[in-house]
Amino acid sequence: MTRFITSSFSHLILLIGILIMVVPVWMIFASSTHTSSMINMNGLQMFLGDSFYENYLRVLLYQGGFFKEITALKMFFNSFIMATGVAILSVVTSLMAAYALVYYRIKYATLLFWIIFITILVPLELRIFPTYSVMAELNLVNSYFGLIVPISASAIATLFFRQFYKTVPDELLESAKLDGANTWRFFVDFLIPLSKTMIVAMLIFMFVFGYNQYLWPLLVTTSEQYWTVVMGLKMMSGSIVHRFAFVMMSMVPPILIIIVLQKYFIKGVFQDK
Amino acid sequence: MSFLDLKNVTKIYPNGTKAVHETSLSVDEGEFMVFVGPSGCGKSTLLRMVAGLEDITEGDINLDGKLINEVDPSERDVAMVFQNYALYPHMNVYNNLAYGLKNRGIDKETIEQKVNDAAKLLQISDYLQRKPSMLSGGQRQRVAMGRAIVRNPKIFLFDEPLSNLDAKLRIQMRLEIKKLQQKVGVTSIFVTHDQVEAMTLADRLAVINNGIIEQLGTPIEIYDNPKSLFVAGFIGSPQMNFLDGNIKNKTLSAEGFEIKDIDSDFEGEVKLGIRPEHLSQSENSLINLKVDLVEQLGSDNLVYGQLKNKKDFCYRCPGNLTIEKGADLSLNIENNKYYIFDKSTGKRVN
Repeated sequence: MTRFITSSFSHLILLIGILIMVVPVWMIFASSTHTSSMINMNGLQMFLGDSFYENYLRVLLYQGGFFKEITALKMFFNSFIMATGVAILSVVTSLMAAYALVYYRIKYATLLFWIIFITILVPLELRIFPTYSVMAELNLVNSYFGLIVPISASAIATLFFRQFYKTVPDELLESAKLDGANTWRFFVDFLIPLSKTMIVAMLIFMFVFGYNQYLWPLLVTTSEQYWTVVMGLKMMSGSIVHRFAFVMMSMVPPILIIIVLQKYFIKGVFQDK
Repeated sequence: MSFLDLKNVTKIYPNGTKAVHETSLSVDEGEFMVFVGPSGCGKSTLLRMVAGLEDITEGDINLDGKLINEVDPSERDVAMVFQNYALYPHMNVYNNLAYGLKNRGIDKETIEQKVNDAAKLLQISDYLQRKPSMLSGGQRQRVAMGRAIVRNPKIFLFDEPLSNLDAKLRIQMRLEIKKLQQKVGVTSIFVTHDQVEAMTLADRLAVINNGIIEQLGTPIEIYDNPKSLFVAGFIGSPQMNFLDGNIKNKTLSAEGFEIKDIDSDFEGEVKLGIRPEHLSQSENSLINLKVDLVEQLGSDNLVYGQLKNKKDFCYRCPGNLTIEKGADLSLNIENNKYYIFDKSTGKRVN
């Protein structure tokens, strides 16, 4: 009986926690399916209305911005390009950086690694002016390249891959060498397949990281053509239901990515074979 | 020049440790050479230098008439079986065997042919599609050997490949390795710290201690005729008994007995070595043993006890003799099979 009470109690706490997280999101979603006059008169709604298609379609196709050059659809496209670019580029660079740090006979490899690692302590905001001036000189302002490259060196991903490579037994490398594999082949035939789950986990992680960027895209894009979804959240004008609809849609891509790749994500982060 | 020639090969690690001292050694084509010695004696380092996994500090290694000091391991055409097998965990057995061939740019049909032949020889044809994690220890061992065989290398290198197996499987795999090597006829070097493995596998045996080859020869030569105290103590199980002694005028006085007219001109402090199996019970005894413990192995009994001066001693007798704990035995050395070593240098003197 006491067990029943304690377990009900802990479940109650969990339920309250879930409600605290879910209810606001639900209210925004429910409200986004009503007309704006309804919201203006009666406040936020708990139940679904019947303007779902109307509101969402209008938001997707509405020409926004000061110069009416951008639609929400285009913002999603931009965000997708940026997030995918950041994810792929940062995974590739950290894979290679970790490979060099662990397997090449570099003097002071550990020191180098810690220097890379310390950059975690330096937020983008701190280096944003020098980075901007580099991009400006290279004429990369207002380009996808400019959006992606400056945030595509990930110390965290390098750390993950380095720690993983260090657990790979030396005999594997030696055996591969005797089997005629050169440095490149060992990387491609062994390390990449062995770290597959970790690569997927890092891709998700870096995708969400790239998708969530706000300050950098704001600075490096002056043309509305390159606005991203997260910037759009701020820039969005129009009636309250349309903003709600846009907020709801902006949550979809990261959630989709996680649902699809969840299996690998958990495996990769927790180092399960 | 023989097939594999090591000339004054030396290995000094960057921290200054000298793992292998000017070692010279020749291995003939098709020969099964075993390096045996205690852990840390440099036997694995020597093997790894042949493989190209360790740089050679000084000296030359020639394989099949070609100097290979600077040749990359992938170009040496040697195959190695590692202690933990080092199978490729993400590839199935077939690809584990085929990987080395693929890297050599051999066409698909030939690879398939070779892999299937090797798999048949090692009886692993049924597991070709499995991943290494789904195999037992013995099967993994076979795959590791298959990976070596399939490439048809100039030389096989075995780095303590049996030490991860349980006792029964180890004996079985030992036999299979020997049979396989005789069938395939490839020159092989086998590193082990287990003297039974060394004795049973080797055509010739190199006993290594502290980075030096103490003695080189066939297993029987080394067993019958150890040239140093270390070799005498290392080869043979149970270990040879050692007693302190002194030689004067061809008479050896050991602890509690004397041997006259010995075959040596040496004078001074010595160690007398007697193998437990070279003793027998007799009336006019040399050695008196008080029995502490008897290990009955079935075919043999190992009798452990103490001499008069409390020195531990072992005697091996046929299993059909019944010996009680606490008994007093009088033992004699059969056919004068004893070994005398200079106490200061460890060198054999008789």
